[in-house]
Amino acid sequence: MDAASPLLPPAFARWFASRGWAPRQHQLDLIAHARSGRSTLLIAPTGAGKTLAGFLPTLIELAADGEGEPAPRKPRLHTLYISPLKALAVDIARNLERPVCEMGLAVSLQTRTGDTSAAKRTRQFEKPPDILLTTPEQLALMIAHKDAREFFGGLKRIVLDEIHSLVTSKRGDLLSLGLARVRKLAGEATAVGLSATVREPDQLRRYLASGDPYGLMADLVTVEGGAKANLSILQPAAALPLAGHTSQHAMAEIYAAIQAHRTTLVFVNTRMQAEFMFQELWRANEDNLAIALHHGSLDVHQRRRVEAAMTAGKLKAVVCTATLDLGIDWGDVDLVINIGAPKGASRLIQRVGRANHRMDEPSKAYLVPSNRFEIMECHAALEAVEAAAQDTPDMKPGALDVLAQHLLGLACAEPISADDAFAEVASASPYADLTREAFDATLNFVATGGYALKSYERFAKIQLGKDGKWRVAHARVAQQYRMNVGTIVESPMMKVRIGRARASRTGGPVFGGRVLGEIEEYFAETMLAGDTFIFGGEVLRFEGISGNEVVASRTPAGTDPKIPSYAGGKFPLSTYLAERVRGMLAEPSRWPKLPEQVSDWLKLQKRKSVLPRRDQMLVETFPRAGRFYLVAFPFEGRLAHQTLGMLLTRRMERLRLRPMGFVCNDYGLSVWGLSDLSAAIAGGLLSLDQLFDADMLGDDLEAWLQESALMKRTFRYCAVIAGLIERRFPGEEKSGRQVTMSTDLVYDVLRRHEPEHILLRAARADAATGLLDIQRLGQCLARIRGRIVHKALERVSPLGISVMLEIGREAVYGESADAILAEAEQMMMQEAMT
Amino acid sequence: MIQMAATRLAEPATLRIGALEAVPHASGALYVPSERTLLMSDLHLEKASSYARRGVFLPPYDTRATLAAVALAIAAFNPRRVISMGDSFHDRFGADRLGEDDKAALRAMQAGREWLWLTGNHDPDAARGLDGDTAHDHALAGVALRHEPVHGCRTAEIAGHLHPAAKVRLRGRAVRRRCFVSNGTRLVMPAMGAYAGGLNVQDAAIQRLFDKGADVWMLGEGRVYNISRVLLMSD
Repeated sequence: MDAASPLLPPAFARWFASRGWAPRQHQLDLIAHARSGRSTLLIAPTGAGKTLAGFLPTLIELAADGEGEPAPRKPRLHTLYISPLKALAVDIARNLERPVCEMGLAVSLQTRTGDTSAAKRTRQFEKPPDILLTTPEQLALMIAHKDAREFFGGLKRIVLDEIHSLVTSKRGDLLSLGLARVRKLAGEATAVGLSATVREPDQLRRYLASGDPYGLMADLVTVEGGAKANLSILQPAAALPLAGHTSQHAMAEIYAAIQAHRTTLVFVNTRMQAEFMFQELWRANEDNLAIALHHGSLDVHQRRRVEAAMTAGKLKAVVCTATLDLGIDWGDVDLVINIGAPKGASRLIQRVGRANHRMDEPSKAYLVPSNRFEIMECHAALEAVEAAAQDTPDMKPGALDVLAQHLLGLACAEPISADDAFAEVASASPYADLTREAFDATLNFVATGGYALKSYERFAKIQLGKDGKWRVAHARVAQQYRMNVGTIVESPMMKVRIGRARASRTGGPVFGGRVLGEIEEYFAETMLAGDTFIFGGEVLRFEGISGNEVVASRTPAGTDPKIPSYAGGKFPLSTYLAERVRGMLAEPSRWPKLPEQVSDWLKLQKRKSVLPRRDQMLVETFPRAGRFYLVAFPFEGRLAHQTLGMLLTRRMERLRLRPMGFVCNDYGLSVWGLSDLSAAIAGGLLSLDQLFDADMLGDDLEAWLQESALMKRTFRYCAVIAGLIERRFPGEEKSGRQVTMSTDLVYDVLRRHEPEHILLRAARADAATGLLDIQRLGQCLARIRGRIVHKALERVSPLGISVMLEIGREAVYGESADAILAEAEQMMMQEAMT
Repeated sequence: MIQMAATRLAEPATLRIGALEAVPHASGALYVPSERTLLMSDLHLEKASSYARRGVFLPPYDTRATLAAVALAIAAFNPRRVISMGDSFHDRFGADRLGEDDKAALRAMQAGREWLWLTGNHDPDAARGLDGDTAHDHALAGVALRHEPVHGCRTAEIAGHLHPAAKVRLRGRAVRRRCFVSNGTRLVMPAMGAYAGGLNVQDAAIQRLFDKGADVWMLGEGRVYNISRVLLMSD
């Protein structure tokens, strides 16, 4: 590249030369786009100098402003940078200081995150820096500030980093609304989005144009290539298990790989896997390598220590969850190991990019499948990466609970007219299809709860004035808003504290020892006193629950953890990979590529049962130990399978097939009961086509949603985000469990009395794609319609075993709360009479 | 033996408190057949409108939902007398905010029977301006009825105030429900209010009232379940 490009001022050209660099084409392109006032999406692989490309136009403009102007400029915010992680914002600020300093530019830059002091935040409003680096939540707070109009009035440029990771979430919805607002306040500001490769760049281009008066889509600059990643599947010597997610069989190979590299990131999908992997690595760690653990539930100080050690190059390996997925440079990583199946091609590519931040050198990664199905999934993922296929999820319509939060924020800043606000909101791409009816319902919700029964008019949070504008009724409302901003609702967590059980009968445990971190409440709920589990890399004994804390004691060395519950993975198998795995299963010509034990396993399945075609779904029925089983293989991920299992068992109950429960994994599910299902199908009593008919998504789904704990959890998230109930804060008396309890009651009442209320609409929209994955289940049922292959068997098939092995490892679903109570009562009766 | 257990399950659950025999109802009400009296506690009517004053807009249908539960219990037993054992309203002004429809529904239930409101900590004036008598406490065939249980009371009492709830876990699933809790001498009623929270019976505030243990009757769909204390969990 010619360093003397006309786009690059001499000072900048000199700086590039002094570092031995030349500006890359995309960096120059972005300068040109900025000059012509165009917003731009930059898609580039890791290490391509994305961040610098995003900031060069800003630095050039600010440098030019400074020259030949004797009087100091009035301080005005010029560029706003937004990152999904506050650590990333801080990291980028540090990296940016270098060119600013080395070129001697008079440019001020500051960060603003949840850690920034209140005094500093106030100063930032009084005397804004040229460049402010912040997060979506802070942006929401800033636009709700009464001086927002002045603060953003001179804004020229907005840089959105790692934008692909934001847009498919509610945070992305909130950010799009903030973007539309800031654009309106600024008059003319261009936005630039920095992204890794995505499946549908046009969706991001529209997103970047949110609120842009000049166009519906941002321009696109794509940087091709980067060196191809060096990806392979780790082949352990030991036989692969049929099920499970621990990868214990491959521990020796994983340890050897860590030894042979500088720094290794070991990615796992869940906290439980992280704990297990860390434990096992230490057991193998004869050389005392510096291996650390990093996941979101660990105490924040501990996480910061790990990050610091990593940056300082003191660690040999870190076992981590998605908390380290995003683009922070934590030291000199030269190997990524992905434990278990990657679940999605794009996720895998992103993770692999953590190894080696230089674009021209290949990143190196090993995949470690932990069971036979995962081997197929890993092969499918390799093919996908080879074909540069992307399977990032589609963007969804903007959430109404997020809109409610945003509208209150707008009114906190200044009086708003409904017409203006509607036009502005609809200019944000996720809300482009928002109806005026839904907008008005949301505005009414903000004002008085939006109920058909109008009883809260006199307590309204925002009121319509004679000038036709809505304004906040009370200063307290703005204060409440500030306390509840954001879209991240933590699932209720409990602190884990070291302590001992008290001897007395009534007694909860006592002795406040050290706090080790937090675990999910639902996990704590599954444990009994005496159960052992791993946390923070040690084996703990569960003593009990005291107040809002789990009390646990340390166990003697060598104690085995009894992991009582295991969540198979947060991310369900992507539709794209599932399709590829089904294809692999259906085509024996591709089996030679698989390890022998896997191809033997598939051959055995073909001999003993059936291998479905790519477009078919296999259902097997067989008796076992006095019960009758049905195993189905939809390959739609565990969330959709869980919903399917709930609906199937309800249906079977109605058909008097006496189902007793079910388990599922990413690939299939197994239902069992007391009636002979093979006989019922043979005798025409049970039709599989009817059993799996899509009409289960009608009344059956409605009935189940009434009592579904997942639906109630979904509703709680919406209620918190929309501001119906207040978020809880550390140190507050009200425990997460009490909040859960009360929103469950609210859900029941609202559902019965006003089923079309805006919050229930929001919760149902979430359920379609979130914890219940109803949309995917619907697509699946349509796909398999008329294409179910049934095989009645004498015993479980080779494929079936892998699902059956989840029994005992997974919580069993399918029983109603009252069935549990009835059984508990019966237990007492029997006890009383023996 | 399983046969016998099944037979017993089919009978309506009854419990003894002092000299009285009583029938716990799935709505959270307790019926005393010998006195033809229906007891209920902690209705917390107008809780949502109480919150609305602070800008928290819970669905304003809780009073309606709670009164529907009361109506179910009245229809099930057709009592001669109804006693609401305190915290009938969520705050002192709750009765004033009661909507016209709800007032009418309440009046219809009161028609033709005695109605007694006991005072509670949330509603020290009980149901000011509504039909029915008001008292701080009452004796029902030798059993004391009062809102807050009296610690150390050795004679039989029925109280509310604590909103007991119990949790059982079987096969990885936990079920938490409101419940009656009793040792035969003292009984604490579940809260009947649609938005009333629950306190686990394992909590010290309830445990200290039952130092020799107690049984619970958990509220299910259409019936109550008598659950052994050995199966109960804390939250």
